[in-house]
Amino acid sequence: MKPFAYGRPATAAEAVDAVAGDPAAAFLGGGTNLVDHLKLGVAAPRRIVDVTALTSTEIREDADGGLEIGAGVRNSDLAADRRVRERYPVLAQALLSGASAQLRNMATTGGNPLQRTRCLYFQDVTTPCNKRKPGEGCSALGGATRQHAIIGASEHCVATHPSDLAVALSALDARVHVLGPGGDREVPFTDLHRLPGDRPDRDTVLEHGDLITAFTVPALPWARRSAYRKVRDRASYAFALVSVAAAVSIVDDKIDDVRIALGGVAHKPWRAHRAEDVLRGERAEEALFRAAAEAELADARPLDGIDGGNAFKLPLVTRTLTAVLRDLTAEEPGR
Amino acid sequence: MTTIGGAYALELRVDGTARRVSVDPRRTLLDLLRDQLGVYSPKKGCDHGQCGACTVLLDGRRVLACLVLAVTCEGAEVTTAAGLAPDGELHPVQQAFLEHDGFQCGYCTPGQICSAAGLLTEFAEGAPSHVTEPVTRDPQWTDDEIAERMSGNLCRCGAYAGIVAAVRQAGGDR
Repeated sequence: MKPFAYGRPATAAEAVDAVAGDPAAAFLGGGTNLVDHLKLGVAAPRRIVDVTALTSTEIREDADGGLEIGAGVRNSDLAADRRVRERYPVLAQALLSGASAQLRNMATTGGNPLQRTRCLYFQDVTTPCNKRKPGEGCSALGGATRQHAIIGASEHCVATHPSDLAVALSALDARVHVLGPGGDREVPFTDLHRLPGDRPDRDTVLEHGDLITAFTVPALPWARRSAYRKVRDRASYAFALVSVAAAVSIVDDKIDDVRIALGGVAHKPWRAHRAEDVLRGERAEEALFRAAAEAELADARPLDGIDGGNAFKLPLVTRTLTAVLRDLTAEEPGR
Repeated sequence: MTTIGGAYALELRVDGTARRVSVDPRRTLLDLLRDQLGVYSPKKGCDHGQCGACTVLLDGRRVLACLVLAVTCEGAEVTTAAGLAPDGELHPVQQAFLEHDGFQCGYCTPGQICSAAGLLTEFAEGAPSHVTEPVTRDPQWTDDEIAERMSGNLCRCGAYAGIVAAVRQAGGDR
């Protein structure tokens, strides 16, 4: 591990100034990803600014009936919150399907969506990677691609985003509260993460020194009928091959409104607007669910790979989305 | 802010004893405990947050000591598996592991013990898991709940059946 200076400023504004003023500085939250990267040599900041005590650890009702979640709230506390479990089951389930109990006790809500890809080549500093070092090349192309993207990738990067929480926040149209050197601003959660293009080193639209201070999840009474389903190689403690976050509103036997986001398929949590458009206003039935999934996957480009590639994700997305929608539209409201 | 390469003075409590230490900011809590304080109960398995052998209770909650920078632990209360039996009186989880053969080689055991102790608290608070169905419900003492909640602790000897029985005894079926 390369040497670094450590500091714990008194306020979030001081922390932002400390990082913004030093290109080699990094924020430290729960540390579950960054500390590993320090050991692996994936990250080598010269200055670490600890922000775990500088943002809110509370979950509050906001004026519009939604919830404001402080960036310092630990993943386990957010998942256990009664309001989250009742009003946004998709959010609690997404959190609980990620990592292990120990890691969820450590990881913060602000840090979770900013974790880096688990692409094997990104984490192995002996192999070229455009995300670690732009221009170096992508080792995943022609390598093992089981964990990699099928939508929105580029010739420079085919990594997937690993966060489950981020998939649920994308489906719920959450908003991100950011404190930067220029002051406060809000970013729609669906705009937080980027597609790789020719700058895969940039996971998000945040600038160096920007600090996430909170998220707002808007009131969405029908999100009580929502779910997160994650498909992975083990029953627990593994990253998603494919995941689906969905919420459905049924009025007069028809899909009045719907929110869907996919995980494990792209460089960012993939909001499935095309699938939503196919479903809205229609009668809930199996053939419609499949048509929605197929519309979303129209531009998908699976990868070859020495491990057999990832074309299996196409039918897996279709079947998982279909299963989630079947469950959500079959059950009684208010379950 | 320390200078690069500088040490950082820190006070914390380990298994009930106050400790004043000076640490390199790069030092993990696990390395502080083992290499600097001679507290060998938590083990180093993978050192990357994947195996759970280093699990300790930090302010009462189970965490992975290999991914905690020691310098962040100012004022913290750290409890290792050894600290759960301060006067030789075994913690209910420890007694249950003995009775149910919840280990073979024993290397993962201190992490398993701390993890199970943390699990009991989380369960008592009604915290759900990935297998709690529906997620609004309080968890029940099923084998699935125990396995899911202990999934962060690997046992290469494969003592899982004994571990599940031990956790069930310590927590639920009393």
